[in-house]
Amino acid sequence: MRTNLKLALKILGRRKFFTFISLFGISLTLIVLMVATAVLDNVFAPREPEQNFDRVLGVYNVTQTGKNGTMSMNPGFGFLDKYVRPLRGIEAFGMTTEPISTATYVGGARVDVALRRTDGGFWQILRFRFLQGRPFTKAEDDSGARVAVITDELAQKLFAGAPALGKTIAIQGDTFRVIGVVPAVAITREVAWGEMWVPIGTTPSSEYRHQFTGNFIGLVMARDRADLPRIRRDFDAVMARVPVEDPKAFDTLHCHLETTFESFVRPFVRNASQQNGTLIVRGVIGVLALLFMALPALNLVTINLSRILERSSEIGVRKAFGAPRRALVWQFVTENVVLTLIGGIIAFALSAAAIAALNQATIFPNLRFDLNLRIFGYGMLLAIVFGFLSGVYPAWRMSTLHPVNALRGGAQ
Amino acid sequence: MIKLENVNKVYRTERVETLALENINLDVAPGEFVSVMGPSGCGKSTLLNLIGLLDAPTKGKLSIENTAINGAGDGKLARFRNEKLGFVFQSFHLVPDLRVVDNVEIPLLYRRMSGGERRKLATKALERVGLSSRVHHFPTQLSGGQQQRAAIARAIVGRPRILLADEPTGNLDSAMGEEIMSILHDLNQNDGTTIVMVTHDERFARRTDRIVRLFDGRQVA
Repeated sequence: MRTNLKLALKILGRRKFFTFISLFGISLTLIVLMVATAVLDNVFAPREPEQNFDRVLGVYNVTQTGKNGTMSMNPGFGFLDKYVRPLRGIEAFGMTTEPISTATYVGGARVDVALRRTDGGFWQILRFRFLQGRPFTKAEDDSGARVAVITDELAQKLFAGAPALGKTIAIQGDTFRVIGVVPAVAITREVAWGEMWVPIGTTPSSEYRHQFTGNFIGLVMARDRADLPRIRRDFDAVMARVPVEDPKAFDTLHCHLETTFESFVRPFVRNASQQNGTLIVRGVIGVLALLFMALPALNLVTINLSRILERSSEIGVRKAFGAPRRALVWQFVTENVVLTLIGGIIAFALSAAAIAALNQATIFPNLRFDLNLRIFGYGMLLAIVFGFLSGVYPAWRMSTLHPVNALRGGAQ
Repeated sequence: MIKLENVNKVYRTERVETLALENINLDVAPGEFVSVMGPSGCGKSTLLNLIGLLDAPTKGKLSIENTAINGAGDGKLARFRNEKLGFVFQSFHLVPDLRVVDNVEIPLLYRRMSGGERRKLATKALERVGLSSRVHHFPTQLSGGQQQRAAIARAIVGRPRILLADEPTGNLDSAMGEEIMSILHDLNQNDGTTIVMVTHDERFARRTDRIVRLFDGRQVA
């Protein structure tokens, strides 16, 4: 293996034009895939303030089906309070509304605000880094205290750089006192994104407390990842006993405790089970990535096949001196994988530049992509797959050359 | 050492069938230096390819060191070539991307051997052919004679008992041809290497132990 690696580097170093052309195609493909991976990673991987989300599950949706149709909505406070909060053996339970688009006024100018109402548990599960102040507590939520946490970006808009703590914001007919400031969150973070958070207890009417469906998300944090399957089973057992909201209109209820990725894929694979659905979407993403790689891989296959003629003498010599077929296949596959790995490293470096440009472009507010070791790992894995894809067939063709023909310089 | 009994070689294409060798019987003794002569297209190289296990006879029996070769698989043939045979080609067939020493190491890559040991044997083989000062050169930086000497080093690095040389002096001027022939004679006389050499040059052939002559695929002497 070491010999093959050294040999591969020597050959690539000598065949500069071939190496350049191949690396160009490989790097370009891998850049696109790495940037796409960085985007997916940004949206779904556990990152601040959702860094605990590898052990957090959510209730994002309640679907009820009847003979007249299907109704799919967010769960209501009453539903979550009655069926999810009492789950056993969890570290924390929290709730938040979906962001509500509202506005406040500064000197007569309208400032749009994405408002969320949350409970105290929300701040236990989402670990915001507080730039100033603190989150609100369960007691403040229960008492309906008019307090708020806002983002630094909103603080800048409203108070123009002055300290925000203690300042008040008039919104939806109420006035809230700022008790905490956190860094702005990317819009792609489904649970964390918002600009202002106030206690659920400040909701004007108490009707929400009994609602089966509404605009809430319920969050359950396990003590350990290993507890998640048990918590899901407990939840499913509870759901099996929950009656539909209106038996005249509906006869079945579907509700899942799921990851953000599972909730994202659910609309695409509505009829599949939770695990199968995730697998299907991961499979589709994998197939798309493979298809995307297929074209440049075919191109590299063609280049490699055309090189059979060029290298036929070498193949003949190696065969004459005792190279078995599998040794030749390994040699050429190793050469190709080394080439694609170098392409992967170049692509990683260029992807970093592309991502820096994307971050500068501010297409989505506060959306910061970055390349981390995990993405580097995915990138290298993609490179190896690419290397095998484009290397195995030409290597096999080379290894099956008849030694006499190969020595004559023919590829027949 | 090398025995061919009633060997035929036929090349078939969709339309044509060509009898390249017909009823060849040859027995080469250990330590013998045999040259094969004949006009172009008479089957000399085909015969050498059969002995070198690079091609298989259509009919007849081929054995090397009392081992029948007919019907052996790719792995066995590869191992046999690696351990028992060395090749010298008219056009050298050095890999241009590799340095001389790496070229010489090629046969040893397919043996269980450390990199250090490979390098030691390759250097020794290059010394034997008088190329120790060109170890790190690329083939294109060498003269024709030097390239053929490097090719001989590659052929002997694995200490094969049999050396097969296909017109080893064919691409060289007479002085360089002499150089190569003296190396081959040295290997034959001092190491006891059995050599079968295809040549067009009567002078060189006459200096070998025996001449096998072919004409239109048949052995005529």
